[in-house]
Amino acid sequence: MSTTMNQAEQFKALVDWLRNALREPEQFSLSYAAESSAFIRFNHARVRQAGHVQQASLDFKLINQGRHADLSITLAGDPQVDRQRLAEGLQQLRETLPLLPADPYLLPNHNGWHSQNVQDRPLPDTEQVVAEIGRAATGLDLVGFYAAGPVSRGFASSAGAFGWHQANSFNFDFSLFHNNGQAVKASYAGDLWNSADFARRFEQAREQLAFLGRPLRTLAPGQYRAYLAPAALEEIVGMLSWGGFSAQAIASKHSPLQKLYANEANLSPLVWLDEQVGGSLSPAFSDEGYPSQDVALIAAGAASGQLTSSRSAAEYGLTTNGASGSEYPGALSMRGGQLPQQEILKQLGTGLYISNLWYLNYSDQPAARLTGMTRFATFWVENGEIQAPVSTMRFDDSVYSLLGTQLEALTQERELLLSPSTYGQRQTASTHLPGALISRLTLTL
Amino acid sequence: MFDFHPQLKQRFAALRTGGEFFSLRYVRESGQHLSVRKNVAEPPSLSRDEGAMLSVRVNGVEAYAATNDLSQAGLQAALQRAEQQARLIAGHALLDLREQAVSSDRADYFSPNLDQPFPSLSDCYQMLGEESAAVPKDERLVNWQVSIGITQVEQIYLNSAGAELRQAQRFVYPGLDVTAYDGSDSQTRTLGRDNFGQQGGADVISRCGLLGAGAQVADQALQLLLAPNTPQGPRDLLLMPDQMMLQIHESIGHPLELDRILGDERNYAGTSFVKAEDFGSLQYGSPLLNVTFDPEIPEELASYSHDDDGSAASKQFLIREGLLLRPLGGALSQFRAGLKGVANSRACGWNRPPIDRMANLNIEPGEHSQEQLIGGIEHGILMSTNRSWSIDDARNKFQFGCEWAQLIENGQLKGVVKNPNYRGISAQFWRNLSAVGDRSTFKVLGTPNCGKGEPNQVIRVGHASPACVFHNIDVFGGDA
Repeated sequence: MSTTMNQAEQFKALVDWLRNALREPEQFSLSYAAESSAFIRFNHARVRQAGHVQQASLDFKLINQGRHADLSITLAGDPQVDRQRLAEGLQQLRETLPLLPADPYLLPNHNGWHSQNVQDRPLPDTEQVVAEIGRAATGLDLVGFYAAGPVSRGFASSAGAFGWHQANSFNFDFSLFHNNGQAVKASYAGDLWNSADFARRFEQAREQLAFLGRPLRTLAPGQYRAYLAPAALEEIVGMLSWGGFSAQAIASKHSPLQKLYANEANLSPLVWLDEQVGGSLSPAFSDEGYPSQDVALIAAGAASGQLTSSRSAAEYGLTTNGASGSEYPGALSMRGGQLPQQEILKQLGTGLYISNLWYLNYSDQPAARLTGMTRFATFWVENGEIQAPVSTMRFDDSVYSLLGTQLEALTQERELLLSPSTYGQRQTASTHLPGALISRLTLTL
Repeated sequence: MFDFHPQLKQRFAALRTGGEFFSLRYVRESGQHLSVRKNVAEPPSLSRDEGAMLSVRVNGVEAYAATNDLSQAGLQAALQRAEQQARLIAGHALLDLREQAVSSDRADYFSPNLDQPFPSLSDCYQMLGEESAAVPKDERLVNWQVSIGITQVEQIYLNSAGAELRQAQRFVYPGLDVTAYDGSDSQTRTLGRDNFGQQGGADVISRCGLLGAGAQVADQALQLLLAPNTPQGPRDLLLMPDQMMLQIHESIGHPLELDRILGDERNYAGTSFVKAEDFGSLQYGSPLLNVTFDPEIPEELASYSHDDDGSAASKQFLIREGLLLRPLGGALSQFRAGLKGVANSRACGWNRPPIDRMANLNIEPGEHSQEQLIGGIEHGILMSTNRSWSIDDARNKFQFGCEWAQLIENGQLKGVVKNPNYRGISAQFWRNLSAVGDRSTFKVLGTPNCGKGEPNQVIRVGHASPACVFHNIDVFGGDA
């Protein structure tokens, strides 16, 4: 709790200093990000690498008469040093702005909104977690990564806006390998480590591992019925998220969903997809200083909203909905369908049960045609019964087929998948997805 | 330069630990990214970053702590956190490093032309604006962007065995892309950007070819819009260096990373179809294939004197005449596997630990000019500039796509085709290498965006390659 208060107070102190240092008509916005993270890496059920990362940074925007520039500054955590770094940053930006033309697409938020969200449940003891994982993995080939600690995000502006978001969380992302090289992937993540819940999650993975010991089935390229588990569907939705819903990407014809947004193509009426920040782990405000709004992106298979940053709003005459500057979703939620989980294998009948996909990219981006690999537990199913694990296969298919003409059903149950990504810093993104039953998936290699 | 070095040395000397070995890696990085999109200057994105990683070995168990607090107390606290972690995991540790040797080297390393000032922010914006304005007015050209990224890094590595390694580097990433749209299909043509980066100064911009390129890149985007789809079927494939770099990266670089072979990456980046016992015996490619780890080409992105664990770097053949010789493994992986490797233990910044990375991974030039490469193809296709990449977690089954392609028939370059893709299997693909371009086709390229590791790291890697021909490859187009 003291760390939380200290960070919030240190951020407020920097904001107060900056307010006083401004000269009319200068304006500013400050985004804050900090974390104190334990990182434990496992290989062969032992600890391969352990460490701790403490970091904090500011993203500082200075605006003066339509000109603006952004500066990211790493903070030291010492109030005096940080004030000095901010002062030097202010000087650097003041020297930079006169060199720039006025920006026609600058649209700062002039509202003085306030937002506060602090979740400071005690985190699990690292020693206890390492011991529990070690016990659970006895006799197994476990590979994985445990990340835990507080993550803070803040925002303030000269217009009086102030947002603070802090949450303690952990994410244990792991795989269990059979000695034939096949593996099952699982995760246990959240804000409250419960030993019984962890043991249950681990046991589910261990049960799947047993199926992987059966003789491997190699499939010929061709078309197959397939069930995509939520983690596999997440790879497809995640790939579409790179520009798919971005107002700028749609306008500049870089969006893989440009035909959907041009009403030239549709997905299945079963597909309803929202950016649902409310109730998610993401901050309730964007890095640009706008409160994040929930946005219906796809409704009954048709294009609905776009993720619109302030810059896109100014350039294309749209209204911003609190999207980040990158217009990348942070809390995608797909509506569930009618297929009960216990009926998945029966409804699949004969085909592929795919737990995870991997390394997706486009064969033809404007046509939303994707390729990618199966990875981890993929099974051949006959007459509703798992027969054998399947060797790694490549698919190549259009989203308008997979989630369009060939989408048979979505599961009633959905999974909340918390991002294990730690590029630069621990991410707060999540997706909430059902599984998808698909009549025809094209395998090519 | 290195103005923090005296203070850092004093603070390092005052650190106390119960471990038998410890090190400090300090990194200061500043950056600027400038861009003009459709003749409008975007706001500059500037950065200043500074921090240190402390690493300690206690009874053969190592752990790290990274801190943004560079005061004496902050560094000491980080060292204690690292020591605490090492003691905490002692009963569960995979590795016993008591016998692993450590570096005591002392050296400085500098990027070429580091002493020459880079063009001012105003000059950069003027250059970007001129290239943007050179894109012709055509209503089918719906988007274009000219950019330049500059990153300056100072790193100081100190350890308790007396090592003192300093490096100061500047990395430059020019780029230009133009998108054409005909009401249904869109095609993008790119120069530089993620396919090009080098160490140096303004000379990098010239070598990229950015100056004066706006009109030509736009014209090629329009040509692609009018072009037919790439036909499907087996062809001889001529890959230009800006696609070769991706081919090398994904189907030689990643599978040869020793930490993958040792299983560390199985939960994230993946494993490898190569086994430890393959080194010295596996015929990876045709006898024309010569692959080197080469930190000695000054302008290449990952040229350095020592890696981030303090190991001295030198040029090594990983594959010679097609035979697999040596993995991409740093000192720790070499110790674990009992194999000779290279100095490629690298971290993306002060807040991430070093792991096995690619650094500079190159293909040595052969004997054929580009004209001779084309002249030797009866039924083929030239592909250039990567735009799509996908490969399985063992780095074997791949599918890659390019922006630009031209058919080759009877030794002659023919018409442009769009949406060129090809697929294959790494273990077989390199055995189909049938001709290697000479030094006139050789280009020094690189990318800032190689992702790997838990916690995740994105790092710069260099790839230099001639144009190469592969026999009988499965190629195909898109839907449009």
